[in-house]
Amino acid sequence: MTLTIYTNKMNYKHILTSCFIALALVFSSQAQQTPAPKQTQAISIVGGTAHIGNTDVVENSVVVFENGKITYVGTDVSEAKGKLIDAKGKHVYPGFIAPNATLGLVEIDAVAATNDEDELGKMLPHVRSLIAYNAESKIVESMRPNGVLMGQITPKGGRISGTSSVVQFDAWNWEDAVIKENDAIHMNWPSGFSRSGNWYDADRVWEKNKDYTGEIDEVVAYFNNARAYVPGSADKDLEYEAMAGLFDGSKALFIHVEGEKEIRDVISFKQKMNLDRVTIVGGYHAHKVAEDLAANDISVLVQRTHLNPNFEDDDYDLPYKLPKLLHDAGVLVALEGSGRMERMNSRNLPFYAGTAAAFGVDKEMAVQMITLNTAKILGMEDRIGSLEVGKDATLFVSEGDALDMKGNILTDVYIQGRDVSLETHQTELYERYSNKYQD
Amino acid sequence: MKQNIFLLFCLLSAGLFAQDYFPENKGVKTRTSNYTAVKSAIIHVSPSQTIENATLLFRDGKIVEVGKNVSLPENTVVVDAKGKHVYPSFVEVYSDFGIKDIASAPRASQPQYDPNRKGYYWNDHMRPEQSAKSHFEFDEKKAETMRKAGFGAVNTHIADGFMRGSGALFALAESENFNENLLKDKSGFYYEFSKSKQSRQAYPSSIMGYTALLRQFYHDAKAYENGLIEEKDLAIEAYLAKKNMPQLFSVDNYLDAFRADKIGDQFDVQYTIIGSGDEYKRIEDLKEINAHFILPLKFPEAYDVEDPFLREYLTLGDMKHWQYAPSNAKILAEHGVDISFTSKGLKSPDELLKNLKKAVERGLDKQTALAGLTTQPAKAIGASELLGTLEKGKVANFIITSEELFEDEFKIYENWVQGQRHRLQPMDVIDISGAYDLVLNDETYELTIKNKSGEFSAEVKQDTLKLGSKLTYEDEWMTLVLKDADKSREEYALLTSKIQPFQANIDGQAILGDGNTTTFRAIQKQTESVSEQEEEDKKEEEKAMEMLSMTYPNSSYGRASAQSQPERLLIKNATVITGEAEGTLENTDVLLKDGKIAKIGKDLSDGRAEVIDGTGKFLTAGIIDEHSHIAGTSINEGGHNSSAEVTMEDAVDPDDISIYRSLAGGVTSIQLLHGSANPIGGRSAVLKLKWGENAEDLIYDNTPKHIKFALGENVKQSNWGGNSRFPQTRMGVEQVFRDYFTQAKAYGEKKASGEAYRHDDEMETLLEILNGERYISCHSYVQSEINMLMKVAEEFDFTVNTFTHILEGYKVADIMAEHGAGGSTFSDWWAYKYEVNDAIPFNAAIMHNQGVTVAINSDDGEMIRRLNQEAAKSMKYGGVPAEDAWKFVTLNPAKLLHIDDRVGSIKEGKDADVVLWNGDPLSIYATPEKTIIEGVVYFDIEKDLAMRERVQEERQFLINKMMKAKNKGLKTQPIKKQEKVFLHCDSLDDINHIHE
Repeated sequence: MTLTIYTNKMNYKHILTSCFIALALVFSSQAQQTPAPKQTQAISIVGGTAHIGNTDVVENSVVVFENGKITYVGTDVSEAKGKLIDAKGKHVYPGFIAPNATLGLVEIDAVAATNDEDELGKMLPHVRSLIAYNAESKIVESMRPNGVLMGQITPKGGRISGTSSVVQFDAWNWEDAVIKENDAIHMNWPSGFSRSGNWYDADRVWEKNKDYTGEIDEVVAYFNNARAYVPGSADKDLEYEAMAGLFDGSKALFIHVEGEKEIRDVISFKQKMNLDRVTIVGGYHAHKVAEDLAANDISVLVQRTHLNPNFEDDDYDLPYKLPKLLHDAGVLVALEGSGRMERMNSRNLPFYAGTAAAFGVDKEMAVQMITLNTAKILGMEDRIGSLEVGKDATLFVSEGDALDMKGNILTDVYIQGRDVSLETHQTELYERYSNKYQD
Repeated sequence: MKQNIFLLFCLLSAGLFAQDYFPENKGVKTRTSNYTAVKSAIIHVSPSQTIENATLLFRDGKIVEVGKNVSLPENTVVVDAKGKHVYPSFVEVYSDFGIKDIASAPRASQPQYDPNRKGYYWNDHMRPEQSAKSHFEFDEKKAETMRKAGFGAVNTHIADGFMRGSGALFALAESENFNENLLKDKSGFYYEFSKSKQSRQAYPSSIMGYTALLRQFYHDAKAYENGLIEEKDLAIEAYLAKKNMPQLFSVDNYLDAFRADKIGDQFDVQYTIIGSGDEYKRIEDLKEINAHFILPLKFPEAYDVEDPFLREYLTLGDMKHWQYAPSNAKILAEHGVDISFTSKGLKSPDELLKNLKKAVERGLDKQTALAGLTTQPAKAIGASELLGTLEKGKVANFIITSEELFEDEFKIYENWVQGQRHRLQPMDVIDISGAYDLVLNDETYELTIKNKSGEFSAEVKQDTLKLGSKLTYEDEWMTLVLKDADKSREEYALLTSKIQPFQANIDGQAILGDGNTTTFRAIQKQTESVSEQEEEDKKEEEKAMEMLSMTYPNSSYGRASAQSQPERLLIKNATVITGEAEGTLENTDVLLKDGKIAKIGKDLSDGRAEVIDGTGKFLTAGIIDEHSHIAGTSINEGGHNSSAEVTMEDAVDPDDISIYRSLAGGVTSIQLLHGSANPIGGRSAVLKLKWGENAEDLIYDNTPKHIKFALGENVKQSNWGGNSRFPQTRMGVEQVFRDYFTQAKAYGEKKASGEAYRHDDEMETLLEILNGERYISCHSYVQSEINMLMKVAEEFDFTVNTFTHILEGYKVADIMAEHGAGGSTFSDWWAYKYEVNDAIPFNAAIMHNQGVTVAINSDDGEMIRRLNQEAAKSMKYGGVPAEDAWKFVTLNPAKLLHIDDRVGSIKEGKDADVVLWNGDPLSIYATPEKTIIEGVVYFDIEKDLAMRERVQEERQFLINKMMKAKNKGLKTQPIKKQEKVFLHCDSLDDINHIHE
């Protein structure tokens, strides 16, 4: 009986693979699930509610993909071909994208030896996250059962932290994983406040940063020098070489900044530097500058909505409603999840969006904030971020509303058309101990 | 300038104090003491008695007589103080005046657990044996600044340690033998919640460590008295010798005042509290503790709010404190609290009167203010028979002043200490300030002389031209140097005049630039001086200061009153998730009455109840967080591997904004747990989040007893480098438990035998566990250690109540169920340290399926705001049915906390702790609209919107006040932002400054 169902659903090669996976489980539970084989036949997901990612919803949808790309999205059942997935009563979403993530750079927070997210130094545009990205991280695979299927892997620390790359979460190694190499440079904007005194003083407070202007001058000077540098010149400069993409438009600049004053300074920095693609990351006070951000074409990656307000007097729900405040002002908004325990929490990205919806953002717009808007900010909207023909078939089927915990129960996940396992280190343990108690 | 000479000039007016039996080798011994009389003065004998035109007669430093008709003996030296005021000089009770420097113990790389001292108590921070007298050297320079501020006596102490030993009361006059100005040497026994710098011993490292240490010390002192401690303990002996002295406890904030007083009540000690200036924040409760408060008068300066961006970083609470601080004394006095004043914390003691004047301008009664400088502090240190008034027999400590206290022109001319005269300013200086027409050499100039507290300066103008000038006015002689109006000429005129009393004009000699001599005359004009006008304005402003209304806490989102009466509320037509066998009831009404759930049913009515329409809404029991660290001042007492003696009830912070924010997430009860820094942690505080009420009122009535235990990486200090404390491995952790429970068993046996025994709070607590009266909530991750603790418990015949975190609970769920332990876990946290590598989000589901009572907890000030979502995750991970998932954050934690007879479900007779949601609470889209505890609405989404507006209005109001303060030239301080720390299990206060 079981076998018949399998043959209906999978080809012979799939069965072999499954056996192999089962074997692998027996011998080792340490490695990531084996990456799925390339898509070889068309797959059609039929009957589900498709959340396109651009706020459109298609009921009773037919989503077809071949060779890793979406070939049809609509309601015409006759377009269905190849393997049919019945999604009646279910929901189909484009894969969620976790920008500004450190997945695969650190495995266990408290074990320093597993930490590869923060390099020594101040100006590190040349430092690249991609080559440290651990495609076999157990944390990375735990993203998939929640629909988080891609991420922008981002170095931390310093003034200019380094260069990020965008990856998908089903890969043997970083070369397989990458979908956009060296997409952006990340910078921590100087803070208008700094902390005085010894770090262990109990009453240490944040005070006006007296060096603020000087620190900005340093950034400006660095950018001016980088711009003056001639890429590929005999007198090679690794740092400026890495910066070149910012000036020819091939790289975006992500500026991590929170306060109103600092954000205003970022706006004038963008104008002065004549930079094309600038995104603010965090942006706690961005709503105070929202119109200016929109007018200056600066997008915002809002920090995880599951945050406490920074200031005692703030509205208790300010972090919850920040996406709405910015969106209403015309800012291009996507959500990110940096902060405490950010890697394992990256799988809660859909719920950050759900919270944004609970506090005023239209539900489909909330979906867009973790799909198409993110893709736009990453400069990848032609390839990922929505269920549209020609894009990567990186998508999933959920029993219910994927932004709500009780509905986010995934049945099928595809990355670039590959039928990806929903097993993880955690589901294996779940199964093992559930079985233990069944005896 | 010359005033300084006056200060140095100490005239010995009356007698010589040399002691009778001392040999005299520098002169003749047959001498006598004359009497001194200060005559014709307005003598303020005490705050309530003033005698006009009176005489004060004294001899040998003691007052002989005071009154209108004092007959003067022949050998009396008379000082005429006609029209002047005489007050008792002030008494300072908090000072380390004259205490010699104390060396700090060197820093060490590892925390120190043992004491440095031998023969003394086991804790180096308890130093009752310290004595100010034996560490004293008269500091004339400091004495001079204090005399200048009006002080005549100071009670000094060694300001080091928790128990700081005895103080000594000194008169502020130098003598050859300090016994002469030592007025009293049993004048107070001092405490402060701080460590001695003479030792690096780690314990105590938290507020609850301090309170526990003090309690145990008192217990031990009693045991020592009763002969139950065999070894000699010099510290306890010293304490026993000093325990009847006045006990003075210095605190940093009003919460610590309550904490100290609570201990005092337990051991029958009434502390005098050296306060913190924020007492007004809880005045209603504060007056109940009947303590005498010695108030510092350090008022915050206005914040510099001119930078529009920086303003964001300033809290309404800080701004309100700026507004309220000068009114603190008045508010306390009005509520009948005994108050004194101290110059503690002031840059210079002479700021004291300036600030007290401000308090008087805010409405503090002048008589109370004077008492707070004189009789009250004298009383606080048991020196009323010596100081505080100018009655017969008391020490001749008094000041002679120009005006009545708190008048604008008030200045102290002389400060007499033990009958010794200290002239600060000449008493008879004629005030020459004013505007004059200066006629010199047929020319007329405009001369303005200003007087700023005895410092005179001049400005000379001719039409609009300002001339260079310099004025000196000393010893009745005025000298004015004038530069020639023609700037090209380097010539100076020198004008001198002997100032005569009762003359409006100034006449004198002038030596002109060319060497010729002539006369000049300055004719006074009738105008009010400018500075007076400014002073008037300022005073008016203080009086007119419109005070923002007090809230509880006195910061944003505070409530109008600290105590709220339950309302009668009828919630109509809601979907009620009962959490009981009835399940979820549609279109149901719930009546809340007298703080209880009175009735559940259809079509209920109650004429007196306020009706809340619940149509389309969900009503649930309030969320209960089994594991929380909000509302805590500190979390870990990590100074020992067991701290069963500490209780989190001593560390409750009712002003934490997290309380309000958690209410906004539907939370009504929490267990404030000790942290996980040691295997045996501290006792819990089980709280209701009654925002606005004081710490004690948040604690459950008849509260169940709980305690935190911990296992694994934190207790073996794996992640913060400590390697000098046992245990360092899981193997050692087991032995810690066996050791302590073995000790506790022996303790219990001794106690049960009826034999006299030394009361030990730590052992008492462990004994409660053994007796099944106190419940363990054990921080745990890995299956091996979880199993271990259950086996230890079984060996000692008790049950582990709850494993908290318990991320590998799913591996031993069957064993837990059999043992009877509950599991309180995170929904989906993992990978933050090695021991949570096998943590899975299906943990709750597996444990639940095995029959374990499962709760989902937060351990986090953020997650607590949305525990409903965390419960819903167990529907995703493991398919737990909705009603069971909901119990994970309501009824089940109530069961684990043994409060399920009161809260956790919607059932008639239970506490009216309920939440009205705008939708299904297990959906991410649901938010609370009302959170109710015992019938009081503590969070209301509509009222929240109104409060937001008020926060903005009040901020703007105070910002404007501060802008005005800055414009008027008052000093401002830069804005600083306190870091809001969200405490977790791993949060350590300070053990050699090692943090998580």
